[in-house]
Amino acid sequence: MKLRPIAGIVLRQIYLLRGSPVRLFPMVTWVAIDIVLWGFITRYLNTVSGGGMDFVPVLLGGVLLWDFCTRIMQGVTTAFLEDVWSRNFLNLFASPLSISEYITGLVITSVLTSSIGVIVMVLLATGIFHLQFFSMGLPLIAFLTVLFVFGITLGIFASAIVLRLGPASEWLLWPLPALLSPFAAVFYPLAVLPRWMQWVSHALPPSYVFEGMRALLADRPFPGMLLLQGSGVAIFELLLAAYFYGRVYDHAVRTGLLARYSAESVA
Amino acid sequence: MPNPASHTLSDRIALRVTRLHKVYGSLTALDDVSFTVKNGEIVGLLGPNGAGKTTTINMVLGVLAATTGSVEIDGIDISKRRAKALERTNFAAVYASLPGNLTVVENLRFFGLLYGIPSLGIRVEELLQEFDLARLRNTKCGLLSSGEQTRAALAKAFLNKPRLLLLDEPTASLDPSAAQLIRAKIKSLAIEDQCGILWTSHNMSEVEAVCDRVLFLSRGKVLLEGDPRTLPQEHGSATLEDLFIRVAREPLAQVADSTP
Repeated sequence: MKLRPIAGIVLRQIYLLRGSPVRLFPMVTWVAIDIVLWGFITRYLNTVSGGGMDFVPVLLGGVLLWDFCTRIMQGVTTAFLEDVWSRNFLNLFASPLSISEYITGLVITSVLTSSIGVIVMVLLATGIFHLQFFSMGLPLIAFLTVLFVFGITLGIFASAIVLRLGPASEWLLWPLPALLSPFAAVFYPLAVLPRWMQWVSHALPPSYVFEGMRALLADRPFPGMLLLQGSGVAIFELLLAAYFYGRVYDHAVRTGLLARYSAESVA
Repeated sequence: MPNPASHTLSDRIALRVTRLHKVYGSLTALDDVSFTVKNGEIVGLLGPNGAGKTTTINMVLGVLAATTGSVEIDGIDISKRRAKALERTNFAAVYASLPGNLTVVENLRFFGLLYGIPSLGIRVEELLQEFDLARLRNTKCGLLSSGEQTRAALAKAFLNKPRLLLLDEPTASLDPSAAQLIRAKIKSLAIEDQCGILWTSHNMSEVEAVCDRVLFLSRGKVLLEGDPRTLPQEHGSATLEDLFIRVAREPLAQVADSTP
């Protein structure tokens, strides 16, 4: 991999943000709304529960971490979709840019763009609702890493779907996190789910993260095994998503799909 | 006596296409297409709509895989060393305009990084001057006129001083005056950089003006090949346009066999 083409992919997104600062608006708005909404819900639940349980870390912490994962995914897919919307595939893939350089560029872009939303979330959640986000210490970094890897995985998978099914399929991408959230056990323990849903949950790294987080908040021992399992599943699925993208790309080159993204060219 | 060194340079092959086949199910899009483009040579790829011109270009650019056959750019097989081959190539096509939401200079910097151009800032400034884009440097490409967009796309195409340049109807949306200026610019840069050019166009007078050699493609086959200024007479047509019309309308064998 060469650094300059990766820098090019990142620079393009920086140019887009600089040229149209309104793109920052959705990065900040939705996460802010989520935090404010769930912040007040947790505050209300704390009131009616009579002080028996603090819902702030469980619910608001869950929202924050799930939004982090979702933002990472959307960071990758939005950067990818910029090339779909501007019909730039032919220019991109007829250049020396390799697929791994392109994906790496998208991931770095996602880190930059999603960090804007994460900073806003953390500021709101800690400033207004007194969430002690960093009180979990080092395990928090491990959990965030697993969620980060899964967000990247979802982003690569979603981009492959658009590459395979065409630009109109972007509408399949946006509901993907919402579709997975019941299985990710963001707000409740896995045990409350029916058996078949638990099987699906075991295939989703976030379910291990949220189980682990709840264990820590309940002052149970550090859930090392959960972290290990979650990390293993996350890495396996990342490799699977990268392989899937590669296969979809090869199919697009073989069938002329890639060329047709920009030109009605296949005679 | 001719200078052997310069002879060697101009005789080098910028593009070698060997026995290219492309099949989609029961449809044969390209059938045993072979040709070369030398350094400094401008080769016109002509043919009616659906003849396989853009399919050929897409294969040379590595965005469409051949069923069989090979493409070598500057001696490098694109199927084996894609990035190395594409470092030596560039293209401009009416259907692949630069992203409209970036300015001219942003686009040139972006693509310059993708192509790994050394001293990129200097090269971008050279191209802004070369293609009369300096005053438009901070204009978003989507706001440029057709002529300006073509100049911006060509500036991108010359970024890496390619050994092989693919131009798919580069003057299609231009008025005759702008088209003539663009043709002259491309030709002078091609001579200066000794780059081979594969040029598709439906404008036969343009082809006669710029191309050293033409290939007539029809139904996926190379039917005729030769000098655009003598080829019509060799095949019983008054002009290149007449020959084009015959190639487009007649069965393959009749045109190829009709020598005067």
